[in-house]
Amino acid sequence: MQQSLALGTAAVAVGGVATATAKPSFVADADVSSPSWLSQKLAEASADTATLDDKLTPYEHVTSYNNFYEFGYNKDDPAKHSDTLKPHPWNVEIAGEAEKTGSFNLEDILSKVELQERVYRLRCVEAWSMVIPWIGFELGSLLKQFNPTSRANYVAFTTLEDALQMPAQGNAFSTIDWPYVEGLTMAEAMHPLTLLAVGLYGKALPNQNGAPLRLVVPWKYGFKSIKSIVKIEFTQKQPPTSWNILAPNEYGFYANVNPEVDHPRWSQATERRLPSGLFSPNIIDTQMFNGYDEVASLYKNVDLRKNF
Amino acid sequence: MPSTLWRRVILAVLMLAPFAWISYAAVTQQLGADPAKTIVLFTGEWTIYSLFFTLSVSPLVRFLKWRWLMPHRRMLGLFALFYALCHLLSYMVFILGLDMSRFLSELAKRPYITAGAPAILILIALGVTSTQGMMRRLGKNWQRLHKLVYVALFLGWIHVLWQVRSSYFDAVLYGVITALLLGIRLYWTAKKRRKRGKKPLSNC
Repeated sequence: MQQSLALGTAAVAVGGVATATAKPSFVADADVSSPSWLSQKLAEASADTATLDDKLTPYEHVTSYNNFYEFGYNKDDPAKHSDTLKPHPWNVEIAGEAEKTGSFNLEDILSKVELQERVYRLRCVEAWSMVIPWIGFELGSLLKQFNPTSRANYVAFTTLEDALQMPAQGNAFSTIDWPYVEGLTMAEAMHPLTLLAVGLYGKALPNQNGAPLRLVVPWKYGFKSIKSIVKIEFTQKQPPTSWNILAPNEYGFYANVNPEVDHPRWSQATERRLPSGLFSPNIIDTQMFNGYDEVASLYKNVDLRKNF
Repeated sequence: MPSTLWRRVILAVLMLAPFAWISYAAVTQQLGADPAKTIVLFTGEWTIYSLFFTLSVSPLVRFLKWRWLMPHRRMLGLFALFYALCHLLSYMVFILGLDMSRFLSELAKRPYITAGAPAILILIALGVTSTQGMMRRLGKNWQRLHKLVYVALFLGWIHVLWQVRSSYFDAVLYGVITALLLGIRLYWTAKKRRKRGKKPLSNC
């Protein structure tokens, strides 16, 4: 399963359908507004032909059950209250330890990468999980274009900060200091599994899922996969990350999915795969690295109990 | 005119409405991707609300002279027990799938669950001893026992506080209400003691 997943893009060429342009395998019958250049690019994304044993989480659940605290605290708040976000036009600032830096338009960024469909498991630190067909591109393929210097050890990400577009950023009871920030080691960022997503289920990312550009790191807890990114910075030192700042004993920098290390307030040994029925809860064992064993080599010399 | 009976029926219907609503929404699958969590959270919130209502009766009677409320205080308390049991059962069945070994390990390992458990035990004890017969049999001890409701509410608030993740809102709101409801009792007790020359006794 893991190998076939990594081969997802290569396998497309062998696929039975002899169309000139590949199409994503999973396209929702949903109306997500996106500029025509993006819609066209999404429609041309190469399909993920890897056969994941896991059943996909239905589109309606993927887009109505979200943790996106910039729009509210409840799971249904982001779907209800994210109309204020304007994902187009969108600029991303590239900064830090790289030869090429500056502000880049999303359309320009996407013109230099190939979009692919990737079906990934998403494991939330709250012990629920989903299976989502993303559309995006390998983060590494983008980062290389800026020629990071030898001092680039980490990559830091920042979400938009704008209380007009993200109303809950003005809420006085929030535990999070805005803007939301996240980070990866350079090796994690360059790993072929690490994705920058612009769509899901064949359509542009809905606002509540992190439009127009979000990170997807499938072997880490969901909070690492930062949404609505406006800045990517190459750094020498480990960058601060939002949940780690507010509760360092509960959320580490690495945040790799690990059934052996419990969150202090709940067990991480199992997860409820959504949608989960009431009288037969869909409880499954959580896998190390969320089942993506190919990343284990990144942590050969890391004590994952200490660096949780 | 049996207005007390009418009020009882109306209050009971109002207190049952949340339960009816969540049951209906669950059966008709309107609770989204994770109905289990929604139900556990909802019944937990209504346990706290019911406790707030129960402990508001005495202040309302004293300050607003709403004496008609007094006969219904026991029923409000029993609704707190009802929602607490719904909360516990839905956690055990819908979240844990009745895995008892996991229930026990969660009970021991998670401080917020460890704090919530005695609150439910208290509510059960108060429910069982809420009858007229029990009141008579326990005499003075009945009142002592039933003061544990303050402990139950405080533990309920701790249970919420220790789960704070992205927002302090609920914890602060519940904390303020809890402090008001418990604080007024302290004030009454202190006043009474002063009046009676340090004899500790309080009724409400």
